[in-house]
Amino acid sequence: MSDAPADMSLMSPAQDAGRLTTKDGRPLKAALAAAEAQAKRKAFFLVLPLFLFVLITFVAPIGQLLHRSINNPGFTTHTDISSGTKTPIMVNIRDWFDANPAGTPPDEAAYEALAKDLVVLRELKAPGIVGTRINYERSGSRSLFTKTARKAAKLEPPYTEALLDIDEDWGDPQLWSVMRGASSAYTLNFYLAALDLTRDETGEIVSVNENRQVYVKLFTRTLVLSLLITFVCFVLAYPVAHLLATLPLRYSNLLMIFVLLPFWTSLLVRTTSWMVLLQSQGVVNDALVATGTIADDSRIQMMYNQTGTIIAMTHILLPFMILPLYSVMRPINPSYVRAARSLGATSWTAFRRIYFPQTIPGIGAGALLVFILAVGYYITPALVGGADGQLISNLIAFHMTKSLNWSLAAALAALLLGGVLVLYWLYDRLVGIDNLKLG
Amino acid sequence: MKRTLILTTALTSFAFAANAAEVTVMSWGGAYTKSQVEAYHKPFTAETGIAVNSVDSDNPATPIKAQVEAGNVTVDVADVEFSDAVRLCDEGLLEEIDASILPDAPDGTSAADDFIEGALQDCAVANIVWSTVYAYNTANVDGTPTTIGDFFDTDKFPGKRGLRKSAKATLEMALMADGVPAGEVYDVLETDEGVDRAFAKLDSIKDDIVWWEAGAQPPQLLADGEVSMSTAYNGRIFNAAVAEGQPLEVVWDGQILDFDLFVIPKGAPNKEEALEFIKFSTDTQRLADQASWISYGPARKSSGALVGKYSDGETDMAPHMPTAEANLGNALVNNFEFWVDQDAELNERFNAWLAQ
Amino acid sequence: MALPSHASTLEKVWHKSYLVICGLIFLFLIAPILIVIPLSFNAEPYFTFTEKMLSFDPTGYSTRWYDLLLTFGMDQPENTRDSSWWADVWANAAWVNAAKNSVIIGFFSTLLATVLGTLAALGLSRPEMPFRRAIMAVLISPMIVPIIITATGLFFFYSMTGLANSYVGVVMAHATLGIPFVIITVTATLVGFDHSLTRAAANLGATPTTTFFKITMPLILPGVISGALFAFVTSFDEVVVVLFVAAHDQQTIPRQMWNGIREQISPAILSVATILVIISILLLTTVEILRRRSERLRGVSPQ
Repeated sequence: MSDAPADMSLMSPAQDAGRLTTKDGRPLKAALAAAEAQAKRKAFFLVLPLFLFVLITFVAPIGQLLHRSINNPGFTTHTDISSGTKTPIMVNIRDWFDANPAGTPPDEAAYEALAKDLVVLRELKAPGIVGTRINYERSGSRSLFTKTARKAAKLEPPYTEALLDIDEDWGDPQLWSVMRGASSAYTLNFYLAALDLTRDETGEIVSVNENRQVYVKLFTRTLVLSLLITFVCFVLAYPVAHLLATLPLRYSNLLMIFVLLPFWTSLLVRTTSWMVLLQSQGVVNDALVATGTIADDSRIQMMYNQTGTIIAMTHILLPFMILPLYSVMRPINPSYVRAARSLGATSWTAFRRIYFPQTIPGIGAGALLVFILAVGYYITPALVGGADGQLISNLIAFHMTKSLNWSLAAALAALLLGGVLVLYWLYDRLVGIDNLKLG
Repeated sequence: MKRTLILTTALTSFAFAANAAEVTVMSWGGAYTKSQVEAYHKPFTAETGIAVNSVDSDNPATPIKAQVEAGNVTVDVADVEFSDAVRLCDEGLLEEIDASILPDAPDGTSAADDFIEGALQDCAVANIVWSTVYAYNTANVDGTPTTIGDFFDTDKFPGKRGLRKSAKATLEMALMADGVPAGEVYDVLETDEGVDRAFAKLDSIKDDIVWWEAGAQPPQLLADGEVSMSTAYNGRIFNAAVAEGQPLEVVWDGQILDFDLFVIPKGAPNKEEALEFIKFSTDTQRLADQASWISYGPARKSSGALVGKYSDGETDMAPHMPTAEANLGNALVNNFEFWVDQDAELNERFNAWLAQ
Repeated sequence: MALPSHASTLEKVWHKSYLVICGLIFLFLIAPILIVIPLSFNAEPYFTFTEKMLSFDPTGYSTRWYDLLLTFGMDQPENTRDSSWWADVWANAAWVNAAKNSVIIGFFSTLLATVLGTLAALGLSRPEMPFRRAIMAVLISPMIVPIIITATGLFFFYSMTGLANSYVGVVMAHATLGIPFVIITVTATLVGFDHSLTRAAANLGATPTTTFFKITMPLILPGVISGALFAFVTSFDEVVVVLFVAAHDQQTIPRQMWNGIREQISPAILSVATILVIISILLLTTVEILRRRSERLRGVSPQ
């Protein structure tokens, strides 16, 4: 910042017109280039530590998450928990899959390979894990594996009959198709599952059974609710930002507290407040009953459903809409509107044709920011959303902490991440990240 | 520089301060954890000097499974349901517990004979028998619900219903309410038609359901008037009614009995202390002590005689136990084998149904 | 904003209703935050105003929930309140421990975020910085990427590297989340920064270090401090990462609140909320004072 140009100040006044040189005789061009390169390096080294830090604590974890979404060794490798030793499993059946093309109906060799693998599984205590892996793609398979593995050691040839005797599901072509897919740790099937798709017995991509379709619905709901919340935020933010922008500073600074205080208050505090206000024995319902607006036995259900999610999230995200609008409206010169009025425009026309167009950049910035934040919301829907106010983030959390289908959680997260990054890129192009302002 | 040094030292010492012997126990929170703290943790620390960290979860089976699979186990002892104990053990996620280390009953009966049937498993030792029941707030319900069918009858008893956000117990209750006798519930639930039937029954009240996840929620939802009836763990209702004087009443018809068992996750950081804790907590006296804090039945036969009154010194515990003769009229014993195999699949269907 | 005297009746009505609408929106913004304060003094375990409270009967109010914050988790809450009772509070009370953790984690993650973030902002605000826009985009992204995704990624990554369930892991994660705020606020103060000042210092023989501490630092300090406050608040308010990667001994205040809200939403939660609202009022005031000071120092008049 300081010594790079110092070199330049030493420039000799006595240079010939053709080749400019510094005092010590270096060509000026080279000296300039060197100084510039040094400045570049300096700037770069200032940023480097943070960049490396973010690479480790943020980019690497997300990279690992993406890897998880396409890699699941549940059917190929067993890791012993106490010793950490990795044992390849299901090797016989994998050999059979390698030797026979997709679509080959399982023969006696296939069933024999399967029976041998099941014995190994039983010894490793792994049938539950392998079954769970297959169950992700074909419901009902977990019990099939655990049940059969229990009896695997006693199986005798012919294995086809022996296995089908235990459960005729072993003859299901779809099961074999899923096992073939899972016999390679790398798969895109979790992305299919995240889009409510699956592969049928021939490997074709088809929709899953209607009573198991969840994710597309959740993505749609997340989009619709986020759009709705963004719109409500816009409707509420516009008049307030306008008022703040047109009031004299000493008043608007004071009123600004109303916007900034929520912004600075803990998310959990604000969510709790809404629970207190909205529950059916809460302040709002009590007030409505006390004023006789509603009867005591017909209190409105405003929480543990979508309504609760929308109200609380609107409140939490509103400042993110007001602040960019305000910073765009403040510098708008009121004389334009006045000029329009004096030229005969009604106040509505003046607003619509003159004022509003000037605020569009602020609307874009605020709306994008609110929308980006809304699609990734987790805490508020989890607490006030009930069953139908849950968003896609809640489903990711569900698969992370409850169903423990981590690869599916990762695939859902990757899809959400993709969407958010596109919006982020758009924000950068339209608004510029440098223009992100706080407070 | 010197200041940063001090601060860093402070941080590291904070991080590694936990050198003294300790054991981390994960349980279900609320009144249940409190009963364990009073009956097990405090006497255990007093006798052995080993500190007990109490951690709560909605269902300890899932976090410990996640911890073991991810390879960062922080819990030493977890309190889980029967089917989860068997399932986790099958998958090699739990340490085996040799039942012979458990103390004998005071009269010399060996632990193996003293525990009720099924209470000792390869990787688990039961502490209590509990049940899922439904309860109602007498202030918000007109009339007296008596059967499991009444829970699903919002015409006769209007109001919101609280239900646990999980397939287990919910599906069984739906079938019993639909007229399936307790003895046939699992035979019906094993078929696809049976599962459809259970969901159809749930569909009939879906719009009125408020879902709960933590065991402490139902008494709260009932007391606040957020729901008029809710399924719940019977002990939680007992505590809210007796200790806090809430107007809550349990309906025992269609109750589902289950064990809670102590397990040690594979790779637990303090395995030795964990075994000590389980040995200590499941002796005859401690199990009986727990029953004076919450209305769950001890898993040892020899503890039965020692169970007397609630810790207030007045309330007789016997009629509030899920195992009391009068409460067993139409009771279902949770079929752990069914849930060991079907848990993943039915919950998947359950969640798809929830999102619809 | 006052209407000119020639405004028509319709315009006057419209203006009045516009002010009313704005008033209602301000109420919507602020009421939920303020409502918890009186309710936290409720003598009854309900979340609504009891009749006694509405009639300002002193018996309707109590500080029992604040007391519960101290006694919850204690070994011997019933003992007389002497020094050993307070020692018990300090060692065992769940909320006190959560507060300790929040402060420790908040402090170190803020320190880390502020030092690294300020250095980077200095680099990023130089026009010579290569790939400026792309790098900036990466560094700001922790603020944009949904927290559940970050937490999920950290869960896998920390499990593999052994950072899970450690203070270091939580501190690093929170620092990452706070960094965008530091960068944004510090680069904002550097926008109006007059680079001839540093050149003048250099000309007068100051070393780069001296120049930094004597010239640059005082000018960007307000930005650094408000960035640090933002980073601290981010850490102080964060629950999802803690849920995913922290063990029971790194429970923070928001984590404890999360437990409380999901399980037994007693008014004790409201008393914590009240304390947090007061803290945020203090922080907001500090940031406002700093912002004005910064504008004055840099000679940027407000608007």
